[in-house]
This record gives sequence, C-alpha cells and structure tokens, in this order.
Amino acid sequence: MSANPAARGAAGTEFTAGIPSALQADADAGTAGIGPYRLAWLRLKRNRVALVFGAIFVLMVVLCLLAPVYAHHIAHTGPTENHITDQVKVGGKLTDVVSTDGIPIGPTWHGRFFLGADANGRDVAVRLLYGGRNSLEVAGVATLITMILATLMGAAAGYFRGFTDAVLARVLDLIWAYPAVLLGVALGVTIAVGGLNLGLFQLHGNSLMVPAVIIGVVYVPYVAKPLRGQTLSLREKEFIDAARAQGLSHARILVSEVLPNLLSTIIVFVPLIVANAILLEAALSYLGAGVQDPNPSWGTMISDGIRLIPSAIHLTFVPGGMLVLTILGINVFGDGVRDALDPRATVHLEH
Amino acid sequence: MTPDPAPAAAPAAADATDPLLVVDGLSVSFATEEGIVQAVGDVSFTVGRGEIVAIVGESGSGKSVTAMTLMGLTRSPNARFGGTAQLGGHELVGASADELRRVRGAEIAMVFQDPMTSLDPVYRIGDQIVEQILAHEKIPKAAALDRAVALMERVGIPHARERLRSYPHEFSGGMRQRVMIAMALSCSPQLLIADEPTTALDVTVQAQILEQLRTLRDETGAGVILVTHDLGVVADIADRILVMYGGRIVEQGTLDELFYDPQHPYTWGLLGSIPRLDGPLGVRLPAIPGTPPSLLNTPAGCHFRPRCPEAFDRCGEMPPLVARSPGSPGHCDRCWLEPATKRAQRETDGRIGLRTEGTVIA
Amino acid sequence: MGRFVVNRLASVVAVLFAISVLTFLIFQAIPNGDPALRLAGRLATPQQVQDVREQWGFDKPIYEQYGKTMKLILTGKVTSYTQQLNVLDEVRADAPATISLVTGAAVIWLGFGIVFGLLSAISAGRWLDRFLTVLALVGVSTPVFLLGAVMLYYLGYKWHLFPLGGYVKLTDDPWGWFTHLIMPWTALSVLFIGVYSRVLRSTVLDTLGEDYVRAARAKGLTERRVLVKHVLRNSMIPIISLFGLDFAAAIGGGAILTESVFNLHGIGQYAAESISRLDVPPILVITMLGAFAVVILSAVVDVVYALLDPRIRL
Repeated sequence: MSANPAARGAAGTEFTAGIPSALQADADAGTAGIGPYRLAWLRLKRNRVALVFGAIFVLMVVLCLLAPVYAHHIAHTGPTENHITDQVKVGGKLTDVVSTDGIPIGPTWHGRFFLGADANGRDVAVRLLYGGRNSLEVAGVATLITMILATLMGAAAGYFRGFTDAVLARVLDLIWAYPAVLLGVALGVTIAVGGLNLGLFQLHGNSLMVPAVIIGVVYVPYVAKPLRGQTLSLREKEFIDAARAQGLSHARILVSEVLPNLLSTIIVFVPLIVANAILLEAALSYLGAGVQDPNPSWGTMISDGIRLIPSAIHLTFVPGGMLVLTILGINVFGDGVRDALDPRATVHLEH
Repeated sequence: MTPDPAPAAAPAAADATDPLLVVDGLSVSFATEEGIVQAVGDVSFTVGRGEIVAIVGESGSGKSVTAMTLMGLTRSPNARFGGTAQLGGHELVGASADELRRVRGAEIAMVFQDPMTSLDPVYRIGDQIVEQILAHEKIPKAAALDRAVALMERVGIPHARERLRSYPHEFSGGMRQRVMIAMALSCSPQLLIADEPTTALDVTVQAQILEQLRTLRDETGAGVILVTHDLGVVADIADRILVMYGGRIVEQGTLDELFYDPQHPYTWGLLGSIPRLDGPLGVRLPAIPGTPPSLLNTPAGCHFRPRCPEAFDRCGEMPPLVARSPGSPGHCDRCWLEPATKRAQRETDGRIGLRTEGTVIA
Repeated sequence: MGRFVVNRLASVVAVLFAISVLTFLIFQAIPNGDPALRLAGRLATPQQVQDVREQWGFDKPIYEQYGKTMKLILTGKVTSYTQQLNVLDEVRADAPATISLVTGAAVIWLGFGIVFGLLSAISAGRWLDRFLTVLALVGVSTPVFLLGAVMLYYLGYKWHLFPLGGYVKLTDDPWGWFTHLIMPWTALSVLFIGVYSRVLRSTVLDTLGEDYVRAARAKGLTERRVLVKHVLRNSMIPIISLFGLDFAAAIGGGAILTESVFNLHGIGQYAAESISRLDVPPILVITMLGAFAVVILSAVVDVVYALLDPRIRL
C-alpha cells in the first residue's frame, strides 16, 4: 500500500488526530482498570534499549558503591595514597609506577593498578570508583535538593498565585538568568574559599556538599517553572474546586490533590536532573570549583588527565568513558521513562 | 474483515446515470497498541453532481474516517485500506501520494470541524487561500489574490480586500469557517466534503453556514458530503442520508425515506432523540441506551445488537445492506427484521423511536 | 507594540537590578569570613587588605557596600588582585574571541539541530529516528571539555588536521581565524545539537497532529511545503526562545569550558583563569555581566517571538 512519507512519519499523532474521540475513549476503556503508572511500566518493559541502559547506570552505581571493597581486597590501596616511588610487577618484571620522567604506568590489567596510575602514583581504578562515588553522591544530593525545592516552589507559586507567585517567579527568573556553569563556579569559588555559614547551616570549603548544594540550587528553575505552569492549570480543574468546596485545607489539597498530578512530571525530571548534575559536577570540578583535591571525582580526574594527555591518555579516557557511559545510561533510560509516561510523544508502529 | 454473506446491492443514486463519486467496499483499519481497530467496514455509496449526501452517526461510527479517507488524510503506516473510491476517473484509495496531492484541494476539497484550529495561526488569511490556488494552478500571485477576494465576498465576508491581510485569530469562529469554505472552493472542486462544519459554531451561525453550503451547491453544481452527528442539520439540506453505526452503513435512503419510513432500529433511536417543539413538556428526551461499540476486535454479527431491544438469534450474523421495499430501491438497511415488524415496533408513544427496556410492549 | 516594548524594558531594568543585588550577595554577603580578605587574595599584605576594605566599603553598612560595589563596576574601576589589571578592559579585549566562538557554534547547532530534529520527527519510530536519538543522547551525555580534549589530541596533536587551540583575530588572518575555530565550534555545538534536535522532534510531532496541518494537506500542498511552511514554521517558535537563552548564556561566560579546553582567550577563559587563581573580582564582574547578557538578549528574543507569532502582537 502506498502512503505519503510524512503521513507515515506522523503516524502516532495523526492517528490520534484522525480518529474520532470516542474511539480513543474505547481504546482507553480497553485498558481500563490499569493505573497510568502500571501502564507506563508495561510500556517501559517493552522498551529493551531503555532497560539495558538503565541497567548500565545501575551497574555503575553498584560498582562505585563497592569502591571500598575493591580498594581493600583487590587493589590494596586507598584513593588518596601515593605510590610515586613504588614499583609493581608487570609481566614478571618490576616497573616504576611513575617513571623517572614523570610518566605514570598504564593499565596493568592486574589487581594492582588495574587501570594504571596517575601522576602521583595513585591507583586509577580505585580513584575511579571512589571518584564515581563522590560524583554520584554529589549528583544524588543535588537532585534531591532540586526536586524538593522545585516542587515546593512550583506548587506553591502555581497554587497560591498572587503575591506568593510573583515573589517565587521572580526568584526563579533570577536564578534562570545566570549561565548555569558560571553561577555554579561563582558560588563554588566563594564557598570554597571561606565555607558557608547560614546560622543553622554550615559547610566547610572542601565538603562534598558544597558542589551538591550549588548544583541543586542551579537547576531549581528548570524544574520549578514547568511544575508551576502545571499547577496553575490544575487549579482550574473541577476536582480542586470540589476539594475546596469540601473545606479541605490548602496543605491537604496540595498534598492529596495537586502533588499526585505533578508526580509524572517530577518522575520525568529526575533522570534528566541526575544526568545534568553529574555533568555539572564534572564541569565544576574540571574548573576547580567543585570537588576539591585530593578527593577524587570524575571531573577532577579528567581535569588531571587532560594535562597529561599525550603521555598517559588512559588518565583521560578511563574517567571520561566511565562518565559518558553513566550519563548516557541514565539519559537513555530517562528518555524511555518519558516516552512510557507520555505515549503521545512516542510513535510505536506495530504491523 | 469478514465479507458480508450477500454483497451490498449497488444503491441507486439520485443521479444514477453518472454519479460523481462511487465508493465501493471501502474499509479502513488501524493497528494500535491494543489491537486492530476496524474503523470502517464495507462502505459503499455514491454521490451525484449537485447532490448533498449526509453521513450521520455518533462519534466513533466511522463517518469522519470515511470522509477523511476519501481525502487520503487517514493514511499512516498503521492504517490498512480496502475497496475503491472513484471520483471522475481518479481512483482515490489506491492513489499514489502525488496523484492524491493533485486531486485534493482541486477536485475534492474539505471543510473541517473546528475552524478555530484549522487555519495556520502564523499566516495571513489571504496568503493561506492563495497558497491553495497556487498549489494547483500556474497563475500570477496577483490574480490568485483577486480570486481570493472574490471568494471571500462570495461566502459573505465583508471588506474582503482589507481582511485578506488579517490573521486567523482576528476572525470570529463563523468568519473563519467562511474562510475555510472560501478556501475549499478556491479551485472549483467537483466534490466538497464538510466534516461537521457547524458543530463548533453558535446556533445562529450554524444556520448561516448551512445556507451558504446549499447556495454554493446550487451555484457550482458540486457534490457535497456532509458529515454530521446532528439529524437536525441533515433535515435542512441533505438530499440523501447514510446512517453509520460501528463503522458500517446501517441504513441509507433519501431524506423522506429516512425520516418517514426508517427501517433500522438505530435510525429509530436517532429520530426519537431529536427534541421536538410540539412534543410533551416535562418528559425526558429518549436516548439510545448503552454505549457505542468498541471497534477493537468487534465480534461477528450486527454491531448494534448489544444495544438493540429488538435483537433476536439471527442478529449473530451480520445482515447485508439491501433494499427491502420494492417501491424504493435506493432505500437500503442492514437489519434482519421483517419490514412489517419494523413498522410495528418503531412506534413508541405515537412517534418514531426506539423502545426502551422499561417500556417493552409484548 | 510600543507599550509592549516599554513594559518589557521596565521589567528588564528591574531584573538587572535584582541580579546586581543577588550577585553582590553571593560574593560579599553570603560567604563566611572577611570579604576584604577574599577580594584581596591569599597572598595579600595587611595593608592591601585594608585598602580593599576601604575601596569596597566593607566597614560600612551593607547597602553602602552594595552602592560602592556597583559604582566600582559601572565606572569600570574594578581591578584583579593578581595582575592589578582593569577587569572591564580585559573583558572587552576577550569579547571578540567569545563572540566568534559562540556565533559560529550557534549557526552550526541551530542548523544541525533543526535538520536532525525534523528528520527524526518525520521518521519517528524508524531506524533513522532511533539512530538520531542515540546520537543526540550521546551528544548531551558528553562533557564538552572531554570532547574538546579528545578532539585536540587526535585531530590536532596526532593527525595535525587543525591547529592546537588558541585564537587568531579575524582581522589579522581570516583563514587562520576559521581553522582555529573549527574544533571549538564543533565541540561547543554538539551538546546543543542534541538538545535542540530532541526539542524540535517533540514539537514537530505535536505540530503534525494540529488541525491546520491536516487542513494544509487537504489543500493539496506538497509534503515538503506542508513540512517546511506549516509544521516547521510553527515548531520553530519554542526553539527561538530556547535559542535566545542559550546563545546569551554562552556569550555571557557559559562557553567557559570550551574556551579553557581550546585555550581560546575569551571571556570564559578569563573567568576560568581567575578561578584557578581564586581571583574574585573578575569572577564577580563576569558573573554579573553574563546574567545581564541573558536578561537583555531574552528581551530581544521576546520581540523576535512577537514577530514570529502574530497572536502575540499587542
């Protein structure tokens, strides 16, 4: 059968547009009794690629969590221990970990210095896992901060409107106006020099929480703005009116009526923010405004590696590859989650 | 799809000698995540020149899909088509994308349901009309603009020349629908398909738009397919009516045949649910009980059976669409009941309607 | 239209003011310890710290500190502590490299983003779409500094295809300018191509479902015309606002990573160097200017937006 190419391309959307609405209602009725999240899960389960990449991400997280085990039982060294003057057996003969002209050893593919050493004679594999732990910890805490702040601000601004909205929307606009890397760097540098003291809340300059808090704050507007818009339109819906007519408190309505309806948007944002947080952490560390030496992170490791790129390329490729693979994993998985939750965006063609 | 036990008799059109459009055995199905949706099955009809044929049915009855399939607008990789549709020598269903492009807008034009969303918001009205003219004819842009002005005047848009430069959002719904009609007429099509052209409009505007359609039919002699769920609209202007249910034509005939001698229980129900000014006050308007059928993996037999109070054992088999009264060969229906039984059963409370379960008379 | 512009201008001024306050707070008020010590640098003598304290007014109440800070910045009297160079002069000298980098990259990322996004949408669900999706996701998953370093090593150091970083003035040597910028342009645009093609893909898919697209097909337009004149034209509206913001952010220091990896002496590189020396005054100025650039350019985008979408014309 012939079909014009674009109509073919637009299949999913054109299909929904071309079929009378009752038919869609029927199609929905066909899967009645299955909640939207269960339905999304069923769709996600069919998306093999997304699941594989999701598994890669989980694997990376697990590997990084096992860093101390690897360090103790396999590499027999810590992430910050220098071995500049040590020697290691490679292929039966002793070799300097760092040669006399400063070039570190490459991958030995054995327990010690499995992925080689860096310029300070530190075990790259051990630092890679510990660095990943730091990167993921920073990204995880940052995502948590972003999601909590953004949900609170977005829901409050959209629900209460008026003055609350005006103030919160301006605050979001302000953060939004700064180039993300630059704002992160600015905060990172000032805090790294003196630490942060906001009364209850204290941070040391070299704490991992410094980049976590910075990244968490930087991404708030990206999530809060869409949530605010969604809350604004939810507020016009009848079920919110009904809840108010029942005399429920604002807090109760926000928690039991508004929040569940924001959940799918929040879910879609989590992997996106995790991926971007890992990237921003790496960027800040690369610039020296993130995780501080001697603590390893993928960003600092790449930054160190790039300086030695002609003589020891593994110092760039090992943490770089790990970083890209992890972010790609969460990104592809997140893409699949979004498609599963919002099938209008995907076009599945089954013949 | 399962073929009918007896092939549908070729229905005699008002202008049987030379029908403009001949649709034969049209079927459309879509593959969806849940399964195959048989949106349209075994639909055959003709449209004569200068004839207004109405396709009536509920949402999901397949009437819009039928109309849009004639325009090739339902084509997509998950769609499957069967049957043929001939328009003055052009085959529409099997046409290549390029053949179809040349026909649509020139030979067949379409007026859509929602004029608020059917015009591109970012272009001026005049440019959108001119775009269609230039897609089919090699004439200078100035000539196309002049024609656009003439068209807009013809459909009753005042100050047409100035309004050419307006954007769609500066027009009211009724005015936009007039623009859509003007655009549809821009290449003097032989067939005009109006898909629920008045549904999104105010009642007063509805009447104007319908009047407009009739005038244009009279002036241009084009055939018109009017897709609607509103029998009131049909009573005004249609020459012939096709009633669709569950993707099939269940009854077809002239306006008089359908309104005064309806054969299919579904048609009775439709007629019974029209509010009447002379009807008794304080009585609920009768509605057809039940919901329209799912077109997903539909079981065999008459699609209306689950909602039909007259259903009997034979209804497990799909009835053919045939004429059952010798006096009116063009009046066909898809129901196993004897004509005499039909006449007796369709009278409820002194008017035509579908019995409801509560008022069953033995 | 005039009213629209005036309103927008007023809000720009308000936001600029708010940004200056916030930036001031980030650098002077929020952090622990003596801001004079921080501004004067780690190796400053007590006398230098005292000078800084008086110059920036750290012994005065906070609103006076703000006034002094803004006066220093606006009159162009801020100097970096390590080199004692005027910060605004430095920024001005570095601007051409940044503008060359970002403008060229913007052309690339907009062009490829649109082409890939449109191709991906019209082949949705098929192998081309999947391939472009994977490509886009790899693009958004690769840090620009890693990509830049790998490009430098292979294309520059090993295979000698392109010069090893640095910036050549367009007026001095147009060809040199071009060859020095090819790798940075590519590296900077990869991330954005990924983002834009994904965004465009989904807006195109949405637009394809619009009634007016169906109506345009019914008019008998060629598929190409439907796609370009109706689908793409309407799908470009959200892309334009995204582009304004990203372009402004990149000009305002967001290209810091690309510049530092390719040793392009632009505003971002200046910021990066200042960071490594913990030289706060230039960072303060660049951060503030960067945010200013975003606000002003996004106001310009609003005007362009109104030109693109007749419904917004007031």
